[in-house]
Formats: sequence, structure tokens, C-alpha cells
Amino acid sequence: MSKEILLGDEAIALGAVQAGLTAAYSYPGTPASEIMEYLIRSNVRVGKYVAAWSVNEKTAFEEALGVSYAGGRSLVSFKHVGLNVAADPFMSAALTGANGGFIVVVADDPSMHSSQNEQDSRFYAQFALIPCFEPADHQEAYDMAREAYELSERFNLPVMMRMTTRISHSRAGVETRPTRDKNPLHSGARECWTLLPHLARGRYRRVLDLQPELVKMSEESPFNKLVLNPDNKSFGVIASGIAYNYVMENCPDDPTRPSILKIGAYPLPEVLIRRLFDHVDTILIAEEGAPFIEQAVKGMFGVAGKKIIGRLTGHLPRAGELSPETVRPALGLKPLDRRALDKLAGRPPQLCTGCPHTDTFKALKQALKDYPGGTVFSDIGCYTLGYFPPHNAIDTCVCMGASIGMAKGASEAGLFPAIAVIGDSTFGHSGMTALRSAAVADANMVLVILDNCTTAMTGGQPTFATGDRLLAIVEGLGVPKDRIRVITPLPKFHEANVKVFQEEIAHKGISVIVAVRECLEEAKRKNKAGGAQ
Amino acid sequence: MNTIRKQDIILAGVGGQGILSIAFVIDNAALKEGLNVKQAEVHGMAQRGGAVQSHLRLSTERIWSDLIPRGGADLILSVEPLEALRYLDFLKPDGKIVTSSNPFVNIPDYPEIGGVLAKVRAIPGSVIVDAEKLAKEAGASRAQNTVILGAAAKHLIVDEESLKDYIRVLFEKRGEKILSANLKAFDLGRAAAE
Ligand code: SF4
Repeated sequence: MSKEILLGDEAIALGAVQAGLTAAYSYPGTPASEIMEYLIRSNVRVGKYVAAWSVNEKTAFEEALGVSYAGGRSLVSFKHVGLNVAADPFMSAALTGANGGFIVVVADDPSMHSSQNEQDSRFYAQFALIPCFEPADHQEAYDMAREAYELSERFNLPVMMRMTTRISHSRAGVETRPTRDKNPLHSGARECWTLLPHLARGRYRRVLDLQPELVKMSEESPFNKLVLNPDNKSFGVIASGIAYNYVMENCPDDPTRPSILKIGAYPLPEVLIRRLFDHVDTILIAEEGAPFIEQAVKGMFGVAGKKIIGRLTGHLPRAGELSPETVRPALGLKPLDRRALDKLAGRPPQLCTGCPHTDTFKALKQALKDYPGGTVFSDIGCYTLGYFPPHNAIDTCVCMGASIGMAKGASEAGLFPAIAVIGDSTFGHSGMTALRSAAVADANMVLVILDNCTTAMTGGQPTFATGDRLLAIVEGLGVPKDRIRVITPLPKFHEANVKVFQEEIAHKGISVIVAVRECLEEAKRKNKAGGAQ
Repeated sequence: MNTIRKQDIILAGVGGQGILSIAFVIDNAALKEGLNVKQAEVHGMAQRGGAVQSHLRLSTERIWSDLIPRGGADLILSVEPLEALRYLDFLKPDGKIVTSSNPFVNIPDYPEIGGVLAKVRAIPGSVIVDAEKLAKEAGASRAQNTVILGAAAKHLIVDEESLKDYIRVLFEKRGEKILSANLKAFDLGRAAAE
């Protein structure tokens, strides 16, 4: 047994490797990126499994599902909104089931530190009717990953591992166990994996019939733990994931301590919950993310004779992540003494000085000066920071790839000029299909692809289409060759670049301007690596 | 000896200033001394030149929360003075600040620096060092983070030699020159805080 300091993300990754991982796939996204980064880094030393970035989350999911079909243990990881992208195969994979153990790691970002929304992936696990583990600490993250594979193969179901930002990105010591051998390959049965309606109905029935067994698993799971305090019959707590740590941090270690049910495995353990309810009158439900347990336990009408408090009653904040101090009042404790905080100038993130996007935005804005109705539909990446002054360059950011479809829709509604701005990696992720649609319609819009040769925002993961290949893709999607323009976003080319923007705005129909210059951070990384890839 | 040793530290700075390197050194030094460690950090968007912080918790006892509660930190260690003030409400009433005096101005409304430093000085026991100057003197202008680590050394519950061991681990692979500059930066920071 050895102890290593690991990020929560890394603890899951290592647990998977030591559970006999065959292959893992992912698309970068905070706070999940470190899972795949760790897998790739460790594989250089060991070289025993496949670990690769995919072009988007849906693709990553399907690749991992294929590994499971073939009998290997597989993992797919992404951030919460990545599961939206992969939702199609995710929902149906519950029906095909898993052959080799399959874990779906989803890292939620409550408080939206680096995200466009906050959503709680436990709803997805419930939606698909599959088990879900939610670690409270790093040791659990490791242990759960290993246990999730056992469970997945026992029930032939994918298992979700739900992470949240603070556990993904905190470090602590983890004790590891010896590595299990990989599975020998054995393909899935075709009648299970071909979801024709008559077969799918049977597969769905199987999942429904499994539910009581899953609840039983949950009741007996070491990750769900009820500690009743015989001296305190009035107040109890249900706490899941990292919220459990915040509760434990604050709970006094004396006879007044509440009875506590820690939840780490879903579906919810009904008997354990009932036992807590039988013991106390008031129950606080503390969970990171949405009031998932609170809603389930309370239902529409509550529980007769019991007071259930939490995010829905205002005892905890309805939105955002919890913290050790937000749970104090809910536990009936006074805040700790602390110093007052002055109002300070904020320091939001911003584009690096000299970033190529800055020069593209400058030229674009100048070209748009004469068009008060001009709108820049943007996307997800460093360039979203172009929202802030002094750039004030973009007007929207919704989800990966939305810029192109929205610009097309707006232009067809009559908005002019409609500009879409997207990075090379995001374009590969989910911009290509939208561009195909815009090209077929010859929509009156200008698409600007910011080709900085990397996935910059999440730390420089590889991009699937950059440079000449990117141009070939754009042409292949049906954009006329003379409407594909390439510019170099540098101050010395400013005037020339403004002219290119003006010409393409004036052209009636689809145009694509590709602004090519490498991200500065990426260049630095290459330098450090001695010029190697 | 069976006394409880524990320390909660907020590390602060601007994305790119290397606070995670400081965290790495303290974490590993603490682990080597048999302490439990939890360290929460900020990745992602804020690392692009925004305010970043890391919560570092060391204890002989079990550590529950990954985050330090507001009002619970023993120390704020900052590579930038305005950033030191950003987490004042995390500091215990008798907590201290160790910070560089060098403003990192990448926002239009950065307050007047004299006022910022005066607010730091108002916290009893606070330590302010000219990290920029000392890092240059040590031979690596990027080593301001290591200067601050040195300046904080005597306030930390981990041994100075352990800290130096992990500075070696961290910078070894970057070559002899960078390593020795960082060791020197540590010593200069330490001396400046006397
Ligand atoms: S990381 Fe690269 S793309 Fe992102 S702001 Fe910095 S230079 Fe620009």
C-alpha cells in the first residue's frame, strides 16, 4: 500500500487504471480535464492502456462504449455540459448495458467557476436509471472507481461517477492497492446491443426490473453510512459528496452532535433514510449542486410530522456551491469571528497580453463600425473573454458550437451583419455540422474561425483540425473556395485584415475567415518541451 | 509528543504567478513530516490572468473540509498585495499576512498602491517583501513565488529543510541555474522577513 497526493480527478483516474482499465476517452472541460491529463501522463510511464482526447464528448462516449462492448474496462470523462452533448448515447447505453465495466465520470461545476450553467448530473443518472457514486474525499474517489467497475460488471450497467469542482480540484493523500489484470476480450451479445424496438423494449424492462436490486446495493454500500446519536433525537443531517465534509468540519464532537446519514451511492437508500427519519424530527439535507435528495425525500407534500430543511427552504443557498461557512447557520451554529472584507477592484480573467484573438477582435470591430446592427455570436473558449472591456467584442456565448447556428438563424431573420466567432477546437467539436447547414443555405453571414492551433482555455490539449486540414474541412463542407479567406492576426496586418472583414461582410452569402496565429501559451509550452510536440 | 499541529493557509495571487508551485512545496514537505494535507486549488478560466487562490490545510488530525472556513485561516501568503486583501475575511482574528509589495496591474481600476500596503500593514505581524527585486537579485525574475515562500518559512509549521528539499524536486528538471536561483530566492525572502 502506498500513499500519493492526488487531485480528486486523478484519484478516480488512478482507481480506474488499477482496476484494469483497457481504454479511456474524453474531451477537455473544467473541472474534468485533469482526469484524462493524468491518464495520458501516467501512460507514458506504463503504456498499458489507451488514453486519448476525442473530438467531442459524444464521440468519446461512443468510443468508450465500444471498448465495453468488446469486453474491456472503459472510462469516459467530461464536464457536466459535456454529458448534454453525449446524452444520446448515454441514455441508450443504459439499455445496451455494459459488457466490460464502463464508468462515466461527470464533473459538475456548481457556482459556474468555468461554465455557462450549473446542472446536477445526478438527475441524468436517475433519468437513465443507472447507479451513481459521489465521493466525499480522495480515498473514496479512488475506492469508488474500483468498486464502480465491479458493480458495472455485476449488473451489466454503466455506472456514473459524479464529481464536483472542489473535489475534482483539491489534493489529498490516497492509499492505493495492487493493479488488477485487464479483462480478456469477449464481445457483447447482438440481441442486447441492437436496439431495434422489439429488442429495446426487453432491454428497458431489464433495467426497470433491476431497480430494486440497485436500491438494495445502495442500502448495503459502505459509501452510505448512517450514524445515529442516541442523545440527539431532534436533529439529523443527510449529507452527500463534499457537503458531508462541510458538515463534519462544523459538527461538534459532543452529545449534541446530530445523527448523520452520509450518502455516496445512488439510487437513494430508502431504508437508511427511513431510519434517520424515525430517529429525529428535523432533517437538514446538505448536498452540492441541486436539491436532488431534498426533492426526492420531500416529494410534493413533505413527510408528516417531520421538518425537512435545505436548499428549498432557504436554510442553504438555492444556487451555487456550499462552503464550510454556508452550512453553519443551517446547523444552528454562529459564524466564526472574521475580519471584515473591503470592497476591492475585481480581477476577472482576461486574454493574455499579445493574444492573437485581441488582434482579430480589433480588426473585426473596426470593420463593424459602420454597422450598428452588427452582432457577433461567439462560442466557448478563451475568446469568450472578448466580452470584457477593452474588447467588448462579442454578444453571445451559449454552448459549444452555438455561434454558427445562431448566426445563421439571426441572418435568416434579417439581422445584418451576422458574424459567428469560434475557435478551432470548438469548431471541430460541434461547429462543423452547423457550418454544413449554413453552407447549404448560403446563409448571409461571416464565420470567423480563430485558429490558435490548440485547445487553449483548458490548458492546451491537442486540436483535431488546424491549419491546412481546417481549410480543407471548411471547403469540404461546401463553402466556396473564393469565400474562404485566411488572415494573420498581428498588429502590422491590421489594415489589411479590416479590409478582408469588410469585403466578406459586403458579400451576400456565406464567408469564412480563418485567423491563424498560435496561442502564446501553447508556444511557451512547446519551448519548455524543447521544441518537441 | 502528542500535541495537535495544524495550520490553514490561503495562497493568493494572479493566474500565472506560480502559487500552485508554492502549494506543491508546502504540501510535500508536510506529507514528509507525516502531516495530513488537503489542498483546494483553482483551475480553468481564472488561470487566465484572473485572481487565483489555493486553500492549504495541514494537520496531525483528520481534515474534513477541502476549503478553509471564512475566519479560519492562520496565514495568507500572497504573491501580490491586492490579492492578499481579497481573502481578508478568511483570516482568523490573530492571523497574519505575508505578501509581496509588488502590484500586478492588469486591471484599469487598480487602487493606489500606498493604500493597499497600508491595509496590509494594519494586520498585526504582517510581512511585506519586495519580491520582484529579490527574485531579480537571485537570478530568476519569475521566482517571486519562491521569495514569498522563503519570507513565510518561519511562520510555517513545516521544517525549512523539508521546504528546500521540495524546491529541489520542483526545479531540478529545469536545470542547475534555475534551481540555484530559486534556492537563493528562498533564502533572500527568508532574510528579508527577519
Ligand atoms: S491562452 Fe492562448 S488563446 Fe488563451 S488568451 Fe492566452 S494567448 Fe490567447
